[in-house]
Amino acid sequence: MSERILAGYVLPGLPHPLLCPEKNAGYQRLADAFGRVGDEIREQKPDLILLYSTMWPSVIGHQIQSRPEPEWIHVDELFHDLGSIPYKFRIDSAFANAYCEASQQRGLAVRTVNYHGFPIDTGSVVALKLINPNNEIPAVITSSNVYADRSETVVFGKAAVDALDSQNKTAVAIVISTLSNRVHQTFIDEADDHIHSQKDEEWNQKLLELFEKGRLEDVAQLSRQVHREARVHKVNNFKSMWWLSTVMGAHNRYRGDVMAYEPVAGTGSAIVGIQPADHAARDLEFDEGSPESFAGDRNVLASLDASAGLSSQTLDPGSGEGEQ
Amino acid sequence: MSHGKIIAGVIAPHPPHLVYAENPPQNEPTAECGWETLRWGYERLRASLSRFDYDTLVVFSPHWQTYVGTHFLGVPHLKSLSVDPIFPNLFRYQYDLSVDVPLSEAICAAGADAGLQTKMMRNPDFRVDYGTIVACHMTQPEWDKPIVGISSHRLTHYFSADVMQTHMMKLGQATRQAIEASGKRVVLLASHSLSHRHFTTEGEVPEDMSKEHITHHGQYLWDMKMIQLMKEGRTKEIIDLIPDFTEQAISETDSGALTWLLSALDYPQRPATVHGYGTVIGTGNAIVEWNMEETSP
Repeated sequence: MSERILAGYVLPGLPHPLLCPEKNAGYQRLADAFGRVGDEIREQKPDLILLYSTMWPSVIGHQIQSRPEPEWIHVDELFHDLGSIPYKFRIDSAFANAYCEASQQRGLAVRTVNYHGFPIDTGSVVALKLINPNNEIPAVITSSNVYADRSETVVFGKAAVDALDSQNKTAVAIVISTLSNRVHQTFIDEADDHIHSQKDEEWNQKLLELFEKGRLEDVAQLSRQVHREARVHKVNNFKSMWWLSTVMGAHNRYRGDVMAYEPVAGTGSAIVGIQPADHAARDLEFDEGSPESFAGDRNVLASLDASAGLSSQTLDPGSGEGEQ
Repeated sequence: MSHGKIIAGVIAPHPPHLVYAENPPQNEPTAECGWETLRWGYERLRASLSRFDYDTLVVFSPHWQTYVGTHFLGVPHLKSLSVDPIFPNLFRYQYDLSVDVPLSEAICAAGADAGLQTKMMRNPDFRVDYGTIVACHMTQPEWDKPIVGISSHRLTHYFSADVMQTHMMKLGQATRQAIEASGKRVVLLASHSLSHRHFTTEGEVPEDMSKEHITHHGQYLWDMKMIQLMKEGRTKEIIDLIPDFTEQAISETDSGALTWLLSALDYPQRPATVHGYGTVIGTGNAIVEWNMEETSP
């Protein structure tokens, strides 16, 4: 457990709890749970709120919002008919810059964005409006790199802790993501909202069970399977859980609190809190590595010579001698 | 009312780098040069289109991403600042555009009649995506034509490229029918790259062309295969290949833009004019025109 991270949260990003909570009792319950998260955060008094948003894709590595007071009127590209969201946020620019620098020191391609009008994603806007409406605590928002996989994401998480150490700051870590993310394929009356399919519901329940028992690293280890089973494949994995488990500490020694779980446009939208605990729910061995730095893409197709040690990647299949 | 017509269909790629390198007054960042083969290709496209009168640009953009149905711009006048979410260092563009709302509504309704989920976008605060803006700017930098903006229903990711094609062929047909009924003369823009695997780093000088090349030879082979089919007018074969092309070249045909375009043009057998091909941060981009006013060879 990083002592720099006081708590973690998983928050959904669709705009309904903010823009139309009256249209569905579940949306209102989500809005209420967002409010509870805000109360908890203010009680913990972190120096900043650190968000990793799956709704902010980036291509040139990761991007970090660093504009001190971004201000705009946001409209969601899909749910534009629900209304506009005026916002003005307070960003911890010093931490954003430190996070960028720490990431680069670990070999990652990362840059800050400090431009008027930069499009902050719906999920980050909704979350900050609901949990931090008066900007009492500064925030920092990071993107989800579409090309990153586990190694790069884990290293990006470690760099966050580096930056907190260098700035001597504490934070709560937030992932903006639904659980299952399949939306209905027809326009629905919000009052009739429901989880898209039974399969998604079953996977969501499995995730909620793990979260409730504080098994954060188990959720992270299940990332690839969850992505295959319950996520539309916009990106290559459910990698936000790798980031969260890394910044918080990659183990199961947590206490989970499922504050709400409701369908929003068919998605499984859960509000989950994760607090450090004295005992792990289960004491397991985790078999994936924990890289300290990122050495770049290996580009196996373009560099056969460089992968000569891997027989499956060479033109010469090898003699097989000595193989078990 | 006279019979409406699609006078041309164009593959109009939208890397913001092209506008950046043009240095128009609307864009805040400035460049020394860059991506000339594509920018000169757009010059040739503009010269070609200037030979014919038309009323409206209809643009299909992969960067207005809708997971429920196809959406259409439905506000008569939209003016704001567009900042590219991926390349904000290159594209911070003040746009001021008019929307051909009647035609937009007609295509939306025709799509619904064909069984598709469609919706008009009526929120005046809505920010137009950079895929729409770049394709329109590079095609008609005077912005003196109204546009119809069409979103990309993300069916490839949600289901598969085959499902996407089924829907987009219907949308293309509905687009053509609505245009014909409108009495207007229209240019269609499919705003997309061909192969679409980016570099994951960017040089200190983005317009340093010594760093620009295709990400991978396999992508180049795919791009050339598709372009050859375009030049030979073998558009139904293109439709057949789009699922494989999309998967193997990570092509932006996943958006449905090319399928929509070819369907709207009723799968032309005339050779397309390839105005230019070039790479942008590793992706393959072609400016390709099917001009329906020219006499077929």
